[in-house]
Amino acid sequence: MADVAIPRAKPQMSEASAWTQLKYNRNWLGFWFMVPAMAFLIFFLAYPLGLGIWLSFTDTRIGRVGQFIATENYEWLWDDSIFWLSVFNTLLYTFVASAFKFAIGLYLALLLNEHMPFKAMLRAMVLIPFIVPTVLSALAFWWIFDSQFSIISWSLKQLGLISQNINFLGDTTWARICVIFANVWRGVPFVAITLLAGLQTVSPSLYEAATLDGATRWQNFRYITYPLLTPIIAVVMTFSVLFTFTDFQLIWAMTRGGPVNATHLMATLSYQRAIIAGQLGEGAAISSAMIPFLLAAIMVSWFGLQRRKWQQGESND
Amino acid sequence: MQDFTRRTLLQGGTALAATGMLTGPALFDFAKAWAQSAPWKAEPGAKLTVMRWKRFVPAEDDAFNAMVAAFKAATGTEMNVFSESFEDVQPKASVAANTGSGLDLAWGLHTLPQLFPTKVLKMNDVADYLGKKYGGWTDAAAKTCKLGNDWLGIPVATNGGYMNYRKSALDKAGFKEFPKDFPGFLEMCKALKANNTPAGFALGHASGDGNSWLHWVLWGHGAYTVDQNDKIIINSPETAKALEYCKALYESFIPGTASWNDSSNNKAFLAGELYCTANGISIYVAAKTDASKKELAADTYHALWPVGPVGKPTELQLALPILAFNFTKYPNAAKAFVAFMLEKENYEKWLDGAQGYLTQTLNAYETAPIWTADPKNTVFSQASKRTLPASGIGTVGEKAATAIADFIVVDMFANYCTGAKDTKGAMADAERQLKRIYR
Repeated sequence: MADVAIPRAKPQMSEASAWTQLKYNRNWLGFWFMVPAMAFLIFFLAYPLGLGIWLSFTDTRIGRVGQFIATENYEWLWDDSIFWLSVFNTLLYTFVASAFKFAIGLYLALLLNEHMPFKAMLRAMVLIPFIVPTVLSALAFWWIFDSQFSIISWSLKQLGLISQNINFLGDTTWARICVIFANVWRGVPFVAITLLAGLQTVSPSLYEAATLDGATRWQNFRYITYPLLTPIIAVVMTFSVLFTFTDFQLIWAMTRGGPVNATHLMATLSYQRAIIAGQLGEGAAISSAMIPFLLAAIMVSWFGLQRRKWQQGESND
Repeated sequence: MQDFTRRTLLQGGTALAATGMLTGPALFDFAKAWAQSAPWKAEPGAKLTVMRWKRFVPAEDDAFNAMVAAFKAATGTEMNVFSESFEDVQPKASVAANTGSGLDLAWGLHTLPQLFPTKVLKMNDVADYLGKKYGGWTDAAAKTCKLGNDWLGIPVATNGGYMNYRKSALDKAGFKEFPKDFPGFLEMCKALKANNTPAGFALGHASGDGNSWLHWVLWGHGAYTVDQNDKIIINSPETAKALEYCKALYESFIPGTASWNDSSNNKAFLAGELYCTANGISIYVAAKTDASKKELAADTYHALWPVGPVGKPTELQLALPILAFNFTKYPNAAKAFVAFMLEKENYEKWLDGAQGYLTQTLNAYETAPIWTADPKNTVFSQASKRTLPASGIGTVGEKAATAIADFIVVDMFANYCTGAKDTKGAMADAERQLKRIYR
C-alpha cells in the first residue's frame, strides 16, 4: 500500500505551483507573518536612517536637491572646533548625567522598596518629573536659572549670602551644571521606577535565608540585590544613555547651545545647522556622526546582557 | 504656547473680518472703486493662497485681515491666508518654490525673494506704480528685493528695533540726550553701570536682538563679513577694533547677557532691572498697556542707534518682503493684492494697527499718523532708511541669510567678550565658517 501511495503523492506535489507553495509552505508562512513588521521597520526606521546618511554625503539645502559631495561634510566637521566642542559637551553631558541618574535612581528605588507609610503615594510622586512635558520643565528651569529672575539667586540674596545674581546660564561652567542638573531631575524617575520594579522581583526568601546566616544589610545588598538587579540595570542604563545622548528639548529651551556654544550638544548643533541655517547636508552629517557613539553604547549593554556574569553576578562566563 | 495663539488667531481673524465687513463700509467702497481702476484686474474665479509670518500684535493682524476681506469682496478673489512662525516661513517657501505648488504669495523675512529668483513673479510694474505714487522706495528696501533691474518681490515693511532707555537713569548719569556716537555710547553705558542702572544687550543665540546689535557694532567700525564681491574680509583690523569696543561695552552690561535670548531683555527691562537695551517697540507697548507699569512707560524713551566711526548709520533691521511665485495661476490677482495692501487707505491703518512694529518702505508714509500719534514712536519711522541689507555690503541672498542664522557674527563677539577666545582666534573661527558658506 505504501509503495502505491508514494508514487501517487509525487505527481501531486510537482503539480503544486510556486504560488501555492508560497501560500502553504510553512517556512514561507513565517515570512508572511513577518512582512507587516518588516515593512513597518523599513519605512519608519531604516528608510529615514538611510536617507539621513545619504543626505550627509550631499550638499542639500532646505527645499533644494543637493549634489553628491562624498565626504566633504565630514572633512569640514573634522576641522570644525564647534563640532568637536559639541562632541565633548555631549559626552560630558551623557556621562555625568547618567552617573548621577543611576546613583540617585538606585538610591530612590531602594528607599521606595522599604515598607513605609504612604508608600504608593510616594512612588507615584517620584514619577512627576517624568510626566511633565520636557519643554514645560525646561521652561521652568529656564526661569529658575534666569540671569535676572532666578529664584535661587533671589533667595541667596535675601539670606545675605551673595550680593549679586549668580550667572547661571551665562557662565560656561554654571551653564553646563544647570543643564545637567535639569536632565538628572528629569531622568531620575525613569531609572528609579524601573529599578524598583526589578527589586520587587527579588524573592524575600533569599533575604530571609541570608539573614539567618547572619548577613549584614550591606552584604544583603552586595550579594543578593545587586547581582539580581544587574540585567535590569544594563537595560535601564542603556536607555538612559541613549536618551541623554540624543537630548534636544532641554538644551534648546534653556540655552540654545549657549553661552558661546558651551552647552551645544550634537543634536542641537545638528538642528541649528540643518533647520535654522538651512544646511541639511551638514546637519545630517552631524546627526550621522552620533551613530557610532550610540552603537557603542548599545553594544556594551548587548554583550553585557549575553554574559552570565552580568546576569547573575557570578564569576563564570 | 505659540501654536495655541495661532489657532486662536485664525479664529479671531475670521471673526474680525466679519466685523470689519459690518463696521468698515468705507473700506469696502474704497476697495470696490480701487478694483475698478487698478492696473491689474484679478482673474475671474481667482484663488490665492498666502503665507505670512505670525504676527506680534493682534491689532496688526486684524488690520491685515480686514484688507484681505475687503480685497476678497471687491475682486471676488478667494483668499486663503495662513501664518507660520518666523523660522518656518523660509523653509516652507523654499519647498513651494521647489515643488511649484502650494502657495501663490509668501510674505517672509530678510531677502526671501533672492533665494529663488527664477521662481518668482517679477513685480516691476507693481514697484513702479507704488514707487511713483508714494515717493519712491528706500534704498535698503529696494536692495533686498531687486536683482539687477528686476523686482523679485515687494518690500512691504521693515520691523525696526531701536534703543530703549529709561530717561531718569540717563539724567542721573549726566546724559541729557542719548549719545550719537560710539565713544559717547560707551561712556554712557559705563556711567549707567556706575549708578547701578546698567544697560544690557544679548550676546546669546538671540536671532533678532543678538544679530542686530552686534552687526551694528561690526558695521559701525567699517568691518564686514564679506565685501561687494562676496570675498571674505572678516579677518581685518576693523573687526579687531569692533571686538575691542564690544568687550568694553560688555563689561559695563548687566551680568548674564551671554545667556540672553530674544525675550530676556524685554523681561529685564519691564521688571525695572535693565535701563537701556535695543529692541523693537514691544517693550514700550507692553509697558503702555499694563496699568501697573504706567511710570515705567512714561520713563521709557527711544533713540536712534548711535553712528559708528564710519560716519553713517549701520543698523540691521528686519526686512519683510512679499513675493508671488511665477507658477501661480492668477498673477494679476496676486499683483493686485500686493498693490492694494500698500495703498494709502490700507497701509496707514495697517501701520497704526502694528503700533510701530512695522515701518514703511515707501517714503511718503513717513508722515503716517502713527509716527506722530505718540512722539516716542517717531524714531521707528527711520528703520527702513537707516538699515543696511542683511548682507551688509555683500550681495543679498541665501549665503548672507545662512551666516546670520548660524550666529557666526554673534558667536565671534561672544567668544571674544566672554574670554573664550582671543582676537585672532575669534576672527579665525568666523572666517573659517564664512568660507564654508561662501564657497
